[in-house]
Amino acid sequence: MSETGGTNNLIGGATGDWEIVLGLEVHAQVMSNAKLFSGAATEFGAEPNAQVSLIDAAMPGMLPVINMKCVEQAVRTGLGLKAQINLTSVFDRKNYFYPDLPQGYQISQFKQPIVGEGEIEIDLDDGVVKKVGIERLHLEQDAGKSLHDQHPEQSFVDLNRSGVALMEIVSRPDMRSAAEAQAYVKKLRAILRYLGTCDGNMEQGSLRADVNVSVRRPGDALGTRCEIKNVNSIRFIGQAIEYEARRQIDLIEDGGEVKQETRLFDPKNGKTRAMRSKEEAHDYRYFPDPDLLPLTFSQSFVDDIAAGLPELPDDKKARFISDYGLSAYDAGILVAEAENAAYFEAAAQGRDAKAVANMVVGSLFAGLNKAGLAIADSPVSPSQLGGLVDLLADDTISSRIAKYVFELMFDDGPYQGRDAADIVEEKGLKQVTDTGAIEAAVDEVIAANPDKVEQAKAKPKMAGWFVGQVMQATGGKANPQAVNKLVAAKLGLDEDA
Amino acid sequence: MGDLTELNLAEARDGLAKKEFSASELAQAHVDAVAASAPLNAFVLETADKALAMAADSDARLAAGTARPLEGLPIGVKDLFCTKDIRTTACSNILDEFTPTYESTVTQNLWNDGAVMLGKLNNDEFAMGSSNETSRFGPVVNPWRGADGQNLVPGGSSGGSSAAVAAHLGVAATATDTGGSIRQPAAFTGTVGMKPTYGRCSRWGIVAFASSLDQAGPICRNVRDTAIMLTSMSGFDAKDTTSIDRPVPDYEAALTGDIRGLKVGIPKEYRVDNMPAEIDALWQQGIDWLRAAGAEIVDISLPHTKYALPAYYIIAPAEASSNLARYDGVRYGARKAGVDLEDMYAGTRAAGFGEEVTRRVMIGTYALSAGYYDAYYIKALQVRRLIAEDFAAAYEKCDVLLTPTTPSAAFPIGGKVDDPLDMYLNDVFTVTVNLAGLPGISVPAGLDKDGLPLGLQLIGQAFGEEQLLRVARVMEAAAGFAARPQAWWKDQ
Repeated sequence: MSETGGTNNLIGGATGDWEIVLGLEVHAQVMSNAKLFSGAATEFGAEPNAQVSLIDAAMPGMLPVINMKCVEQAVRTGLGLKAQINLTSVFDRKNYFYPDLPQGYQISQFKQPIVGEGEIEIDLDDGVVKKVGIERLHLEQDAGKSLHDQHPEQSFVDLNRSGVALMEIVSRPDMRSAAEAQAYVKKLRAILRYLGTCDGNMEQGSLRADVNVSVRRPGDALGTRCEIKNVNSIRFIGQAIEYEARRQIDLIEDGGEVKQETRLFDPKNGKTRAMRSKEEAHDYRYFPDPDLLPLTFSQSFVDDIAAGLPELPDDKKARFISDYGLSAYDAGILVAEAENAAYFEAAAQGRDAKAVANMVVGSLFAGLNKAGLAIADSPVSPSQLGGLVDLLADDTISSRIAKYVFELMFDDGPYQGRDAADIVEEKGLKQVTDTGAIEAAVDEVIAANPDKVEQAKAKPKMAGWFVGQVMQATGGKANPQAVNKLVAAKLGLDEDA
Repeated sequence: MGDLTELNLAEARDGLAKKEFSASELAQAHVDAVAASAPLNAFVLETADKALAMAADSDARLAAGTARPLEGLPIGVKDLFCTKDIRTTACSNILDEFTPTYESTVTQNLWNDGAVMLGKLNNDEFAMGSSNETSRFGPVVNPWRGADGQNLVPGGSSGGSSAAVAAHLGVAATATDTGGSIRQPAAFTGTVGMKPTYGRCSRWGIVAFASSLDQAGPICRNVRDTAIMLTSMSGFDAKDTTSIDRPVPDYEAALTGDIRGLKVGIPKEYRVDNMPAEIDALWQQGIDWLRAAGAEIVDISLPHTKYALPAYYIIAPAEASSNLARYDGVRYGARKAGVDLEDMYAGTRAAGFGEEVTRRVMIGTYALSAGYYDAYYIKALQVRRLIAEDFAAAYEKCDVLLTPTTPSAAFPIGGKVDDPLDMYLNDVFTVTVNLAGLPGISVPAGLDKDGLPLGLQLIGQAFGEEQLLRVARVMEAAAGFAARPQAWWKDQ
């Protein structure tokens, strides 16, 4: 484990190496059946303006009332980020005009957020674990949505999202590459999903990131940053960072300087473009919302939430390694999604967990990926997958047959969803472990190929060819270990050669 | 039967209970009086049909013996209160013909207690003003006239409420007070106006001016009626998280007439420069009345008083600048088409807001701007805390405070509109109470040399409404204020 992580993150410019410095502000929609300050529903995909209360529409005289469920979710998230929970926090108004912002201000938390400093550990491809600091998490209202493409002269406004609770999670500028930023978002999303505080669905906009990018010479002070707004996929985060870092380096190397500004990423051409400069930035005139008293709760409220926290990805990974003997790699893959980890654990009960992990990470994930299915919709249940592993473990079938049986169980067709044992029985796929039968097959192959026998004596690796021939002759059902042994013995070779 | 509009609230209540007249007769008398009151411009919307329908319902309940506390009592509603299916404008053009689909909590409380609605009352636009001259519907005229017969302002922002009650166009009216908007108009019209403790009444459904200062309260013709109205208006509301969850006492029952041993504080800082001698004399008179009733008079100091008005004129506009951002022409109210979005916003707001509202939105926007926030808004909040601490220290030594309500009697219409600073000075004795969130009441105590009413203000401790009303009733009895304006408007 390393504090600094990937040491070779520098990127080359015409005049030498550069270091990218990245900080992220992630907006995560709170999972809650009602909005932050009104009782209106929050479900995705409703008819426009079907989920709008008088408060969300900012009718005269309407007042916000905090939804304690959202507060609970923010505290829960804060605990999951190992962060300071502030028993007193303050809601402020962030004032600006826009048609999808009915109040003319967004209720947010500016000076005193509900959650303070925390950290998360991100897993990098080289197996390195890196800590990324969390600066704060605060609660705020989402705005509505302006629709500019519905009418030639007019814009329409959908207020369904107006007032929906968001958690803004602000990282320290601790990341040094696009890969690190992507790993950060993946890990954060995993934690949120484990906690059940955000569904992490980036396509529906329940998770989106503002990426702060700057570059500097290694060891120098921080450079001027640009903020890329509202990037809504992990792939785009990578593209946006790569493009923006290169743009800044080229700019500086050409004698220019980076101007602090807000930029937009265009997924169509993979570029960022200027949205507004620092000078054009809004003066939001933050001040404490006089309609709301400071938000206060007791330590026991926090303790109750802490007591109900689920096992989080890092702890689960450590347990999978220690209790199930999994590799760090497999464990990391399995815990990335809570549903995957749960599937694995259900399948692994009472059997060889490593073999189960292999089949989940291998055959199952490949199948799901190909079919575009979520694990919850897998045609093969955890216990069925376990049953297949059992057949493998007691040598009823070979691993090659196991792969074949899994496909039958998974793919569309007459065997889909059936138990492995039935399929093996019905299709006569049991492995031949009868040494006599295998020996006969080996003898036959040897007898038919005297020239190959000569070659094999000179070049022991040729034994593999005989094994293949025997397996073919037995329809793949011969026990591979037994075949190996017999081939080696008959050819007079050392089996391990 | 006589003229039923002569009856005050408690008298009308008791008369209905004794079946001396019906709620429908009472309502009809008031509907007629309202219809004949056009020169006062107190009502911006008359709801005669609704009044008569509600009164008929009240008569059924009175007959069935299921009368509620305010059964059949006709009242007016300041146009700042949202009323379901009845146009609500805050007397601003920007709300156009806005008609809420909901009823404010305070008015709902009143209807639940049986009150009958006569209509919507004029006020300064968005309650910003001290003379009711900033209304889109034009100025309200005080039923009291100057010595030379000139038209005077009824005070503001609840000028429609104070004028209507003074002119017997209803037994009571709802009002709101952000810096004195109940107490100052009451003082100018010889009525009783009370702003309760911040959080006593729900703000839900009242068009917001400055959220941390706004509070609803009644204007009535005497202290007993005020107590009865306040009992119905008050109460916790889960829809307003700044309302306070504590029981509402029967305020009328608090009027025992006994204030012996009570300590009344006299703040020396309220003896301001250029205060008319007659107001100073009236204040002394008030001191003498309370002492004679058995109270002990204590000199106290509220050292930060002189900073209250400047702090108020930062905090209130700052909150207003944000509260009024929702009037943008997008969802309801007036809209002025523009070539683009910004043009639509600018045109709508420029056309929709009057001069005083624009001035305060500009002041508030400025005070909250980057670079000025600490110097203005934060400083004002610090002053606000010091003022609250001044009161807390004073209440170590006394139970209630006695001060004048205003530094002058009602002034002529048009007399101060060109001098906002002079206009703002009207609130000098009242804003401190809002800044500290305390209850205050203005009681008519005498007439000035021109025969115009003057009020004295009593300031109570937080949720000390019972004690405050008790003292007010004693002072009212001692003052014996019985003067009434000539009903000149009926002849026009």
